[in-house]
Amino acid sequence: MAWESVIGLEVHLQLATQSKIFSGSPTTFGAEPNTQASAVDLAMPGMLPVLNEMAVKSAVKFGLGIGARICRRSVFDRKNYFYPDLPKGYQISQFEQPIVGKGTFDIPMDDGSVRTIGITRAHLEEDAGKSLHEDFHGQTGIDLNRAGTPLLEIVTDPDIRTAAEAVAYLKALHSLVTYLGISDGNMAEGSMRCDINISLRQVGSETMGTRAEIKNVNSFRFVEKAIHHEIERQTDILEDGGSIVQETRLYDSDKDETRSMRSKEVANDYRYFPEPDLLPVVIDEAYIQAVADELPELPQEKRQRFVAQYALSSYDAAVLADNRELADYFETVTAACGDAKIAANWVQVELLGQLNRGELALRDSPVSAEDLGGLIARILDNSISGKIAKQVFEGMWQGEGSADDVIEARGLKQVSDSTELEAMVDAVIADNRQQVEQYLAADEAKRKKLVGFFVGQVMKISKGQANPKIVNELLASKLV
Amino acid sequence: MHDLTVAELAQGLASGQFSSVEIAQAFLARINTLDEQFNSFITVDEDATLAAARLADERRSKGTADALTGIPIAHKDIFCTEGMRTSCGSKMLDNFIPPYDATVIARFNAVGAVTLGKTNMDEFAMGSSNESSYYGAVRNPWDVTRVPGGSSGGSAAAVAAMLAPAATGTDTGGSIRQPAALCGITGLKPTYGRVSRLGMIAFASSLDQGGPMARSALDCAMLLNAMAGHDPKDSTSSAMPVEDYCAQLNTPLQGLRIGLPKEYFGDGLEATTGQRVQNALDELQALGATLVEVSLPHSQLTVPTYYVIAPAEASTNLSRFDGVRYGHRCAAPVDLHDLYTRTREEGFGDEVKRRILVGTYALSAGYYDAYYKKAQQVRRLIKEDFMQCFDSVDLIAGPTTPGPAFALGEKSNDPVSMYLEDVYTLAVNLAGLPALSMPAGLVGGLPVGIQLIGPHFAESRLLNVAHQFQQHTDWHRHTPEGTTGAIK
Repeated sequence: MAWESVIGLEVHLQLATQSKIFSGSPTTFGAEPNTQASAVDLAMPGMLPVLNEMAVKSAVKFGLGIGARICRRSVFDRKNYFYPDLPKGYQISQFEQPIVGKGTFDIPMDDGSVRTIGITRAHLEEDAGKSLHEDFHGQTGIDLNRAGTPLLEIVTDPDIRTAAEAVAYLKALHSLVTYLGISDGNMAEGSMRCDINISLRQVGSETMGTRAEIKNVNSFRFVEKAIHHEIERQTDILEDGGSIVQETRLYDSDKDETRSMRSKEVANDYRYFPEPDLLPVVIDEAYIQAVADELPELPQEKRQRFVAQYALSSYDAAVLADNRELADYFETVTAACGDAKIAANWVQVELLGQLNRGELALRDSPVSAEDLGGLIARILDNSISGKIAKQVFEGMWQGEGSADDVIEARGLKQVSDSTELEAMVDAVIADNRQQVEQYLAADEAKRKKLVGFFVGQVMKISKGQANPKIVNELLASKLV
Repeated sequence: MHDLTVAELAQGLASGQFSSVEIAQAFLARINTLDEQFNSFITVDEDATLAAARLADERRSKGTADALTGIPIAHKDIFCTEGMRTSCGSKMLDNFIPPYDATVIARFNAVGAVTLGKTNMDEFAMGSSNESSYYGAVRNPWDVTRVPGGSSGGSAAAVAAMLAPAATGTDTGGSIRQPAALCGITGLKPTYGRVSRLGMIAFASSLDQGGPMARSALDCAMLLNAMAGHDPKDSTSSAMPVEDYCAQLNTPLQGLRIGLPKEYFGDGLEATTGQRVQNALDELQALGATLVEVSLPHSQLTVPTYYVIAPAEASTNLSRFDGVRYGHRCAAPVDLHDLYTRTREEGFGDEVKRRILVGTYALSAGYYDAYYKKAQQVRRLIKEDFMQCFDSVDLIAGPTTPGPAFALGEKSNDPVSMYLEDVYTLAVNLAGLPALSMPAGLVGGLPVGIQLIGPHFAESRLLNVAHQFQQHTDWHRHTPEGTTGAIK
């Protein structure tokens, strides 16, 4: 039987606000435990939440970023459950009336096509603290630094069909929220955490199967693996004539498997009801317009512009527009050298290659966009060949200065002096009589192939610095 | 000196007749000798009180005294006081010393008022008799075999017994007005949002409101001047500008239209109490007011509506008391579940547990629509009843309670009869309105109150009417026998 998987994702996005969503405590990652927890975060008696306006603004930005409906009136609710890292015994969230309503999100796939994923809703809520089970000799430590960190929970429609689509969605989402500047998107620090809802149905069926929810998957790779694993698990059960239990599962990245959470942990009645300590959030047209006016060019628009303005392939445009810094870098290189195609190539191959090898972020690149543009300009004005340019780039990466500095210091300038080149060409012809005879005996088509040998020999002698154009001209005039 | 009102004490301080320290010493001495029979205070810190009184005297000598500088005020033990135990009447917080002041406390401190101590109360403000306190029942100074009312019973008893010239209280369903009525003092529950809730331990967030309790409307006005105002740290506090609540006290009552809801004068009201209320209304009429019969048709739904919404909110407000970060923690928990269940079983009393259970049930999946959601819909109807009345009248009046103080133990095993004690006061909280109770006379030697209810933010009007009444009557000047003159 052929099965189709139906997948919906819930992403918990940490918003990059200076302070927490309901208190003035800072949100910096990695501080000493409980140093960023105020009386409000500790749920001391009589303490009350005050909504952080920046969190609201971030949610509105996101809504506008995906063209979703911004709800003019949204309501915070209490989600009640007991847990030691949930100080109030309830989480302030939004249940029936979220701040962001329906929207759609276009995601670029690797093959250059575009998939549209429906967004059900996005709502604001607070994060919980952390329970620390190590180092406490059988006891549990509680760190409430994270308690109250603003989260935007973004829920998709069950529109995703494959692990690849899920990952493409997450990458596009990551790209969008970092463009918007509403999150640092740092997955290692938990800024984007993903719950996966997944069910199978027979291909062609319109009804939904029973789903399992996989909680708290923290990297693109794990999302992909968890989905693969879960599809396999559910397929096995269904093929054997069994049925899927609706349950919450955990993905164990060490064992690469999902396993059921104990039912005790999931059998919660959250007793949602409107949070009486906060007023409804009312947003007017003028506010939405003001936020819209502040929005930067978004990845989707940028991709389309890159294709139109620079004649890039949709794949190249997608890679370069993926993050704002890289896109800006690319555009600066292009402006400095005047050739978008070569710039795109250099940024994707050489620059990203070096960054990956060195495990560096773009902002830590030792070569600035202006300098890379300067290097490409030297290729374009024939000062160096593309091959030599790679050596020059190496030098620039090592901190030897601008392209011109490296070319000068390493003596890599292309030899275009025809007397110097003529001597080299003559020497090659004299040393390779046999090949010359073959060449002269060949027809036009074969000659085109054979001439490469002579060019190669000249390059060898010149240590790659001979101007290939002039070498070709000289060879054409002498091989007669 | 102890029989002076706040206004009279303020005058004496201003004229140099006595000092803040002398006032503080006098009241501390009364608490020491007399409170044993009333149990109205949970915590008294003489050194802190005297230190604050000294600071007040210094401030006065520098010429920067405010109206309340040097006036001792007792605070209900629901208001967090920095460095001073705040128990909320519960074993759960018996060891809790807040590292912060409630906004109300901070405001009193800012004007130089002196904290006299923390008063007894029903546990987490849940009760109408002050019998649910972990620190024992409070006794009514008019008859120590009777309850003072609740939940601000300690504050009411302390003021009635003249152990404090004034006190703060909180009112979620009548907790200022009912004990004020049963103890023969004046108490005001302000409009929801008028007084900050920050640092006031939450019972039911959408209903709780702090307010003054004193021996006259004038004193309440003076206290409210210090308490009221916007607090950016309480999202539900109102940004409406604050009035000088003393400014309108002397406005004549000519032309005032008072609505009398026929539902408040029906079967449940004891005849003699109804008579005292009627006498007070006659007096107001004599002062120029017109009495008009009005109707609050949804009144019979008030008690059930309140007893869904208040416990629902309470059930989650009290979730934070889990033994993890502060307050009571059971000994040697074997695991998390044990920590939670034993801590809460030991830390909370029966009435608190009853309301947590009721509230949890009302919010549960499958019951939410039938209970909580329905109750919120009815709440809107109850509010609209009042709004409609206020189209034709300036304020509404009626009894505060069905009768005078009942005996200790009389209703403590019958929660429903206890809940009916608040039948006239609950609707005000559901509608978010301001309301005041003041003494209307005595029934068998026990005080009963008349309740005045105003439109939102009409505190000045309520205080004006009460003050005019008190200028022409002396019910508020009656004091319980046996305490007056006990020390002279």
